[in-house]
Amino acid sequence: MPMLEVNNIHTYYGNIHALKGVSLKVEQGEIVSLIGGNGAGKTTTLRTISGALKPREGNIIFEGEDLGKRKPHQIVHKGIAMVPEGRRIFARMTVMENLEMGAYIRKDKKKIAEDLEWVFELLPRLKERRKQVGGTLSGGEQQMLATARALMTRPRLLLMDEPSMGLAPVLVEAIFDTIVRINKEGTTLLLVEQNALMALSVANRGYVLETGDIVMHDTGEALKKNEKVQKAYLGVE
Amino acid sequence: MQNKYTDWKQALRSGLLGGAIIVLLSLIGIVTAFNKTFIITKVLTFGELLLLGPIIVFSFVAIRKAATKSPGFLLLTGAIAGLASGLVLIALVGVGQLINLRAMFVNASDDLYAIYSYNQTLFFGMILRLAVSGLTGLMTAGFFRLPARIKQALGQALLYIIMMGLMSKLIGTVIASWGFVSLLFEWMFARSGLSIVGAVVIFLLVGGLTYWRYGRPKARLVRDPKKQQLVRWGTLGGLGILILLLPSILGMWFSEILDNVGLFILMGLGLNIVVGFAGLLDLGYVAFYAIGAYTIGVLTSPELGFFNMTFWQAFPFAILVAVAAGILLGLPILKMRGDYLAIVTLGFGEIIRLLALSDWLKPWLGGTQGIQRIAKPVIGIGNFSIQLESQQQLYYLILAGIVIVAFIAIRLRDSRLGRTWMALREDEDVAVAMGINHVATKLTAFAMGAIFSGIGGTIFAAKLGSIYPSSFMFLVSINILSLIIVGGMGSIPGVFVGALALMGLPEVLREFAEYRYLFYGAALVAMMLAKPEGLWPEARHKLELHEAEAPPPQESEPAATSA
Repeated sequence: MPMLEVNNIHTYYGNIHALKGVSLKVEQGEIVSLIGGNGAGKTTTLRTISGALKPREGNIIFEGEDLGKRKPHQIVHKGIAMVPEGRRIFARMTVMENLEMGAYIRKDKKKIAEDLEWVFELLPRLKERRKQVGGTLSGGEQQMLATARALMTRPRLLLMDEPSMGLAPVLVEAIFDTIVRINKEGTTLLLVEQNALMALSVANRGYVLETGDIVMHDTGEALKKNEKVQKAYLGVE
Repeated sequence: MQNKYTDWKQALRSGLLGGAIIVLLSLIGIVTAFNKTFIITKVLTFGELLLLGPIIVFSFVAIRKAATKSPGFLLLTGAIAGLASGLVLIALVGVGQLINLRAMFVNASDDLYAIYSYNQTLFFGMILRLAVSGLTGLMTAGFFRLPARIKQALGQALLYIIMMGLMSKLIGTVIASWGFVSLLFEWMFARSGLSIVGAVVIFLLVGGLTYWRYGRPKARLVRDPKKQQLVRWGTLGGLGILILLLPSILGMWFSEILDNVGLFILMGLGLNIVVGFAGLLDLGYVAFYAIGAYTIGVLTSPELGFFNMTFWQAFPFAILVAVAAGILLGLPILKMRGDYLAIVTLGFGEIIRLLALSDWLKPWLGGTQGIQRIAKPVIGIGNFSIQLESQQQLYYLILAGIVIVAFIAIRLRDSRLGRTWMALREDEDVAVAMGINHVATKLTAFAMGAIFSGIGGTIFAAKLGSIYPSSFMFLVSINILSLIIVGGMGSIPGVFVGALALMGLPEVLREFAEYRYLFYGAALVAMMLAKPEGLWPEARHKLELHEAEAPPPQESEPAATSA
């Protein structure tokens, strides 16, 4: 049984039909990348899974349970965390307070302290800056903080929306290194990216989304070699 | 040479600007109105101060810009600026002689010109005015060149004389209530303003003290922590005693002001939770104030005769009704943000006021006539009970309310719930993505805010003994919001400072008669320009705005994890 199963979901913004029957699966322990151009519906898909948007049709099954009736904050309790697009950290809270907010739903202080150590080991820059106010961090540090904050909820499935957006190439590499490490240490990831090359390189499998519909699905490597994908998303002639 | 030329122009421009300000103050009538208000009796009127003050300010600006130049040049700059201001005044008088300015400016009167020319003949008087203006600029330059220590002492002394002179009537009222002690201070004040002896004494006292303190080495501040702790507790204790004695020291009139300020602190602490902590812009906050007041009214007034409860019997019901109203308002607007939320809450505030005003509810709420004979709170048991009636007695009830509410507010701010409110304020979507139930969180914010405001309303009703719909206008909501902004959004001490500044200032400014709100407005603009983050901002907000000035983060502390 897959960890997450999205079955034929249709999501609307008012009258606009944004997702036209998206189906995808994420297996335990995988990295799955969802690529596509602007307005293809990548973020909408993630927002529907996290419960911020409700699909009019179709269902989302996580670990055997239908998430359809769940409120967004309840879905977090189920074990799905989201790193939102554009590094939306709590700008007026310190790094430490941001991370504490991440552990909001958890009660076991000892476990929280352990995870904090783990997150700091994963992203040592944050430890240096832990008393700094979030809004004063650099773009890359803010992305790290947003990721670390989501990890503090101890998710089994982590949704990441455009983690490389607006970052310098060096930082993009660093972020993807972190993604791979997070995955190796046991967190399943569903990744939405415009940087298709990086996203497919780290992914076990990939989905290509076009105007609200999945048009292609294969392993990451295979998609990278696919001619159509190369032309449309990798800039290879 | 080019450089020198621009300095000249700078001096001239500053002088002309100062002159223009004086003309403006004159034409709106302030100078004439305060020509008989003495700061130092028979020596300096407030009107004359208004004619000289701008010159001092603007020539100072010009001098400071040329600070690196030779002393002679600085003196020249001051003189030019002063003379330029004087020329503007002469120009006004000249124009006034040629054409009838009074058709447009009522205050461009012969009285004004007489003040300008020191009651001399016009020609001689204007020469005198020019000389005084130039001399003022020159003296400002001289002042600028003084050694820092003397400058500090002189500046402080003059500032104190002006402030005490302006406030002499208020200070007089306070002192008059001290009985025989007042005799000790009588010689300091004349019928209007300070007496000459009083001014000299203040000058020597403040100047001397400042001079002495300036000379003390700063190293004394670092001492052993035990002694420091003692000093801190001593200061706190002293402050506490002062606060307790305040009504007796300041008398009736000031106690009334303190009561009003206190009520606004109560409500400010509540709205600070809604707006400052949780970031929900509520423009209808007066509604809960009204609900608290009307609940007490309906339950206690024998005039309506429904329940005839005592104040304390009715009090819990008032809080319950306020909470219910908070949740009732919260429910329909959960999905709204920012501007939309503000508009809807504004509507809610008006609905409550209009309900109180309506004929429909008149048998219950009294309509325009309001509710009279509301019960006063009684404290104590049996023969030892006392009914709180006077301003001075109610002060202690309000003080107790503030202490309790401030304590709760501080505890809430540092709690898990407080952190949740802040997360909601920063980014609602992300807060939800952390697993925060935003519905419950928003409703608790509204409910807490409603409780604090409701408490304010009950005391307000008991204080006046009667309430009318007109007491609960939209302006009250705006005032509370403004005091939070002036004090510093989300800051608890800021609420106190903001309430004192916003509610206390207009009362203290009564001396300025019909120009009170002009000075009040100017003071508000100046405050917001000088401290946009508020007078006493929340630490994290300050951290964000002034990151560059903050010390570098320390590394040694162990990681804290409790959320």
